[in-house]
Amino acid sequence: MAFLTLLRKRLFGLVLVVLGVSLITFAISHLIPGDPARLIAGDRASDALVAGIRHQLGLDLPLYQQYGRYLMDLLHGDLGTSIRTSRPVLEDLQAFFPATLELALVALVLAILIGVPLGVLSAVYHNRAIDQIARTLAVTGISTPAFWLGLGAIVLFYGHLGWLPGGGRLSEGLVPPPTITGFYLIDSLLVGDGSLFLDTVEHLILPATTLGFVTLGVVARQIRSAMLDQLGEDYIRTARAYGLSRWTVILRHALPNALIPSVTVLGLTLGDLLYGAVLTETVFAWPGMGAYVVKSIQALDFPAVMGFAILVSFIYVLLNMAIDLLYRVIDPRIGEVN
Amino acid sequence: MSVALTAARRPRWSEKLAYLAYQIRRSPLTMAGLAITFIVLLCMIFAPWLASHDPNALNLAERLAPPSAEHWFGTDEVGRDLFSRVLFGSQQSVGVGLFVAFASCFIGGLLGCFSGVIGGRFDALIMRLMDIMLSVPSLVLIMALAAALGASLFNAMLAITLVRIPSYVRLARGQALSIRQMGYVKAAQTFGAGRWHMVHWHVARNAMPPLLVQLSLDIGSSILMASALGFIGLGAQQPTAEWGAMVATGRNYILDNWWYSTFPGLAILITATGFNLLGDGVRDLLDPRQQGK
Amino acid sequence: MHTSSPVLAIDNLSLEFPAYKNNVKALNGVSLHVNPGEIVGVVGESGSGKSVTAMLSMRLLPESSYRITAGSLSMLGRDMLAAPEKDLLTIRGRDAAMIFQEPMTALNPTRRIGRQMLDVIIHHQKISAAEARLKAIALLRDMHIASPEQVLESYPFELSGGMRQRVMIALAFSCEPQLLIADEPTTALDVTVQRQVLLLLREKARQRGTAILLITHDMALVSQFCDRVYVMYTGAVVEEGCTVEVMGNPQHPYTQGLLSGLPEMVEPGQPLLTIPGQVPNLASLPVGCTFQERCPYAMPVCAKRPNLNTINGNDQRKSACWLPVKELS
Repeated sequence: MAFLTLLRKRLFGLVLVVLGVSLITFAISHLIPGDPARLIAGDRASDALVAGIRHQLGLDLPLYQQYGRYLMDLLHGDLGTSIRTSRPVLEDLQAFFPATLELALVALVLAILIGVPLGVLSAVYHNRAIDQIARTLAVTGISTPAFWLGLGAIVLFYGHLGWLPGGGRLSEGLVPPPTITGFYLIDSLLVGDGSLFLDTVEHLILPATTLGFVTLGVVARQIRSAMLDQLGEDYIRTARAYGLSRWTVILRHALPNALIPSVTVLGLTLGDLLYGAVLTETVFAWPGMGAYVVKSIQALDFPAVMGFAILVSFIYVLLNMAIDLLYRVIDPRIGEVN
Repeated sequence: MSVALTAARRPRWSEKLAYLAYQIRRSPLTMAGLAITFIVLLCMIFAPWLASHDPNALNLAERLAPPSAEHWFGTDEVGRDLFSRVLFGSQQSVGVGLFVAFASCFIGGLLGCFSGVIGGRFDALIMRLMDIMLSVPSLVLIMALAAALGASLFNAMLAITLVRIPSYVRLARGQALSIRQMGYVKAAQTFGAGRWHMVHWHVARNAMPPLLVQLSLDIGSSILMASALGFIGLGAQQPTAEWGAMVATGRNYILDNWWYSTFPGLAILITATGFNLLGDGVRDLLDPRQQGK
Repeated sequence: MHTSSPVLAIDNLSLEFPAYKNNVKALNGVSLHVNPGEIVGVVGESGSGKSVTAMLSMRLLPESSYRITAGSLSMLGRDMLAAPEKDLLTIRGRDAAMIFQEPMTALNPTRRIGRQMLDVIIHHQKISAAEARLKAIALLRDMHIASPEQVLESYPFELSGGMRQRVMIALAFSCEPQLLIADEPTTALDVTVQRQVLLLLREKARQRGTAILLITHDMALVSQFCDRVYVMYTGAVVEEGCTVEVMGNPQHPYTQGLLSGLPEMVEPGQPLLTIPGQVPNLASLPVGCTFQERCPYAMPVCAKRPNLNTINGNDQRKSACWLPVKELS
């Protein structure tokens, strides 16, 4: 269908989803036992103070009105205020988002660099030794608890070998590069600070590899599946019948066509990485959204948790939209009025 | 002239089983999955007999002891035997994984079948709801739910189950819709078959294979999810042994006591791998592509 | 008699696919040959082994999926069964070409036609892209395609089935092969288009002196387009000869059965007959003549498998049956 129609449909869907998510998070926050007003006021506050805070938060209004206010706030970008940090949740998340994104992107790149060749080999040598080994690797990857692997990596590479730092984004005492993109890797290069760049890399290696390892399985499996589909197609047989060599056919015909449907999965993997980084960040003391959320959960800071849920859902849906649109660009068959 | 027609015979159960065994034998990975799953289930069921110590027995004299003949996996910070705790922990983690997978499959499958059969506005409403639930990244929703409901094993199970339901609903509904179109179902309708009859006999039975595949693939990730919750502190509370929680506690002692977090984590890894391999095997067996070749 | 050597020579070839309990015996002592410039048909039902023969001739079957248990296959004097991979890369598409049944899926759906044609042409002929493009345009025009430049810029899904098959035929002839194997080239096309495509195939083959091996299940097509025909059943040739003779005076009961089901071959008012029963399972072939169970003339001697016997001393005309030769009345 026409581009604009699709865009409109998607945006409408986005709105619907955000509405739905807001409803869910609103419902959940009202499931919480206990009194948020008292939580904020503290145990020793007087009843009048608590009542006042309750009034301020609008908690004495009927539910649907509360939801209305909540929705209005959302539309203005107000995700509530964190009980723990006393700052607007959105501000907190904005501060921590680049760190998470940097980690997620590097992990994704690693996962793709290793996962794609693994998937291709798996499909080409279907059911043979290489396939079994690759599949075992992939399954092990997706079965590994990232938090445990990260812990193990720290013990080995920091505790015993001392090769790499045990956490954080930069070494103690170092000043982060000026914020141009928010990515330390890029920013440090842009200002020409080589040692800062190296330090960033050192700190990125373990968490990115950990996260990448548990993700490469997903990538490898997807590529394997897509490649098997393509290799069974008639056009591959035609290419071989006309004398093209095996690997030419695999890499220049089958793989590009296998990547097209894989784009969806790969894109969603990025989304998964964004929130899946939660536990890895905790283990590596990485100052990202994930660590923030875990601390919030443990501190029962529900505005922060709900805010995180809404923001991530929003990003997730946006990502889905972007993937759909990208699909239309790379696959010449889409968009045709059949 | 004799025309002996050789009619195809319906395979007997024993033949089907023999063929199944043949297919499984051909895939070493599936066999490995089967073996691991079997062992894990044994550990789960026979934990009280297999354990060398009482998992909750404190023994401060032997706190943080390294692995030895007495304590195969060492001890934790209050002297509890880790091997026994890991064994009993399987009941939490695997139990949760199995419960969640089966419960969400059952509920989601039923809901999806009904939605597909009934159709109309009910169907539309359900699908919208499921779409919304699916667009919230599951871990986030689970954590939020579990945190809101309070940290306990039951709440963790509830949260994960709820979040898993939508994918089964979608699957079942898809199957229901396509089966509804099939000739033999329409024929049954002309004979006056009611909706409930349709759902039960035709739709549910034929929707089973993809649901079973999804189920077998889900168990592994449910186990990982449960242990992730345990790691944060949601899920089964102390003193109950839970793998994720053990890894988390072990984190405080990890640099000098490598065994504390290692063994529970290894247990998670092996168990999840086993179930995932099995799930892959089930999927390959039931994959229509395999049947064709 | 042809004195020049055949472009394709299959001698007593037997092949099986290993399977769960018994192996599937797809080919059982098949012998056939194609001489330069002639159009040979191989006709039979599905499971007769005709497609396997075609695919094997170009070594397109997955290497590990089959086993040759007897016989030889040579193309243009080269032993195809033993040929190393690098030889195959030049043979395929240049010395011999193949077109398949499904034009809809035979081409890469995400690449333009031009790019795909140029890939093949440049691979075999070391010419520049510009020259290859001109060649492609000339080829397409030769296939009676009105606007070749447009076709080159199109994606496969933008063309009709008949058009795609023409493109495939153009590609097949692009390197002037000596043999073109056509595996059910028109089965998936509209009836109206089928004849056009076959006429085109024949015209272009005759022009270039290319031999055609036409695989089909359609006797009517064979009778119209082929010089010689082989009738296959359960992986073996049961009758062969000049098309005119086989169609006019079929010796084997199977051939007779196939022909009596054709509207063209039957007098008006007479019933169209079908062959009773089903093709036997290739994994458990009966001993003796595999057609016995469905044959109206089955005799006790059929328990022993008949050889392919020559008819009236003509070694181009053969039938595998114990029945005496039936003369035309």
